Amino acid sequence: MRSRRRAVETLPAVVLVIVLLGAWEAYVDLGSVNTLVLPAPHEIAASLWNNAGLLAANLRPTAEEVVLGIALALASGFALAIAIHLSPMLRRAVYPLAVGSQAVPIAVIAALLIFWWGFGILPKLVVVTLICFFPVLVTTVDGLATVDPEQLKLLRTLDASRWQVLRFAELPAALPAAISGARIALTVAVIGAYIAESQTATTGAYAGLGHEINADLTALQTPRAYAAALVLFVFAIACFYTLALLERRLAPWAHRSRGEHR
Amino acid sequence: MAPHTNPGADPLNLWGNAREGSYVQTGLDPGLEAERERETHTERTDTERTAQTASVARAQRAAHAADELQAESAVRVSAVSRAYAGEDGAPVRALTDITLHAAPGELLAVVGPSGCGKTTLLELICGLQRPDAGTIECAPAALMPQRDLLLPWLSAVDNAALALRIARVSRAQARERAAEMFAELGLAGFEQARPDQLSGGMRQRVAFVRTLLSGKRLLCLDEPFGALDAITRAEMHAWLMDALAREPRTVVLVTHDVEEAVVLADRVAVISPRPGRVVQELEVTPARPRVRTDPDVVGLREQALAALEQGSAR
Repeated sequence: MRSRRRAVETLPAVVLVIVLLGAWEAYVDLGSVNTLVLPAPHEIAASLWNNAGLLAANLRPTAEEVVLGIALALASGFALAIAIHLSPMLRRAVYPLAVGSQAVPIAVIAALLIFWWGFGILPKLVVVTLICFFPVLVTTVDGLATVDPEQLKLLRTLDASRWQVLRFAELPAALPAAISGARIALTVAVIGAYIAESQTATTGAYAGLGHEINADLTALQTPRAYAAALVLFVFAIACFYTLALLERRLAPWAHRSRGEHR
Repeated sequence: MAPHTNPGADPLNLWGNAREGSYVQTGLDPGLEAERERETHTERTDTERTAQTASVARAQRAAHAADELQAESAVRVSAVSRAYAGEDGAPVRALTDITLHAAPGELLAVVGPSGCGKTTLLELICGLQRPDAGTIECAPAALMPQRDLLLPWLSAVDNAALALRIARVSRAQARERAAEMFAELGLAGFEQARPDQLSGGMRQRVAFVRTLLSGKRLLCLDEPFGALDAITRAEMHAWLMDALAREPRTVVLVTHDVEEAVVLADRVAVISPRPGRVVQELEVTPARPRVRTDPDVVGLREQALAALEQGSAR
């Protein structure tokens, strides 16, 4: 019963994908565009099949960057949000900087990151965290402030300390907001990992999908670049739904009060 | 306790810092008491003076009878005024010169039209606001707000046990004590339900358990049954009386429902529209459980309604 309902729910997306792929295939096959610029879906599929091992090996470092980067961004964004929530002075000091940091092109600081942390995963992790940290910070700061003022009064009459107000009311209220922030961050995290891999040099055989895409584009291996992009595409969707699942697990009340349950 | 002085503040002294009054949490100072009584007798209307004298007499009675523990749970609101800044910035006088008293173990109902500053009064008693003038003497009070304000991320039993958890009782013990109350209040079987799975009446009961488990001897109930249908409300009245009979507390119950006040209270204070003043104080003597059709209850209800109309007409 449940699996049937799920099938019905995913049907529209599947139909849409098939229609889009058909249009794409027709567009390329009718000779409207050079296949070095835009490969046909069947070429991409063939490339994906032939290079499965290579792509999987390159997915690993990229996935590590994204997952660890999101986790770091969640932890640091949540912690800084609490600090900002508790200290108006810190808010005034840090908030403008946090906003400004989002405008700094990574290329500007790439050399510095390599100088500090070399060619391993660390500089890339820092880039992804930097990019993802901001949405988490903003949504969590807002989430902490959503607690009803009447609720805070009630807690005061129950003699709750500042810490207890945080523990019983504000932190749980901010948790779904922080995860929503992470879901927003996720969309930029994959791009962030690509940028990090493009901007920071790497040693070793498998340097990540971003690296692979750049190399393929330079070598006119367009179908493989598209296949790599497709892997990133699927990976991002998987991460997004994993976070949605995490939110349901950690904050079932938010899920329910939004009326999403069926 | 020296009065706070606040020179240079705006004339209405909008945000706290009692100007000519002090906020006394517990204990009565006899000298200060007498002085205030003299003050309050100077420039009052007849109605208020009558209420005042009656409350003094009752206070004396209570003082003789009560042991030390009980005395702590009395409430004495003396000549309290409170204003706050309205939306346009102009000061709104919520309460003027309110004098109220509840003896230990009494249920005082405060009746008034919507927006007469009843909630302000409860927040003053709970120490969430400070009076601009006048004094409030009472034990620390537990507030049951108009909305139940249950935390959506806690189960019903954990919501009810919140005060215990705040008092650093272990989770298991807190749950155990809350669960005992659940059985008494007809909530058995709903311990693990989340608030959004409970009916309005059940949520109010959980909120009431939370208030009771705060362990405070003074409870401030802000229109606790206002949002309920008539049948549920009558049920709630019955178990409130039941719960208070089992565990006596001093209660200040704010309501706009005159009948509810007369059915539940030992004493009813009728408040005028904003700025709220005490129009009349009624002693409610019929034996409990009271039926709303009882001639004595009906008579008192009409009396309170008349006072309410009289207060609104001014």
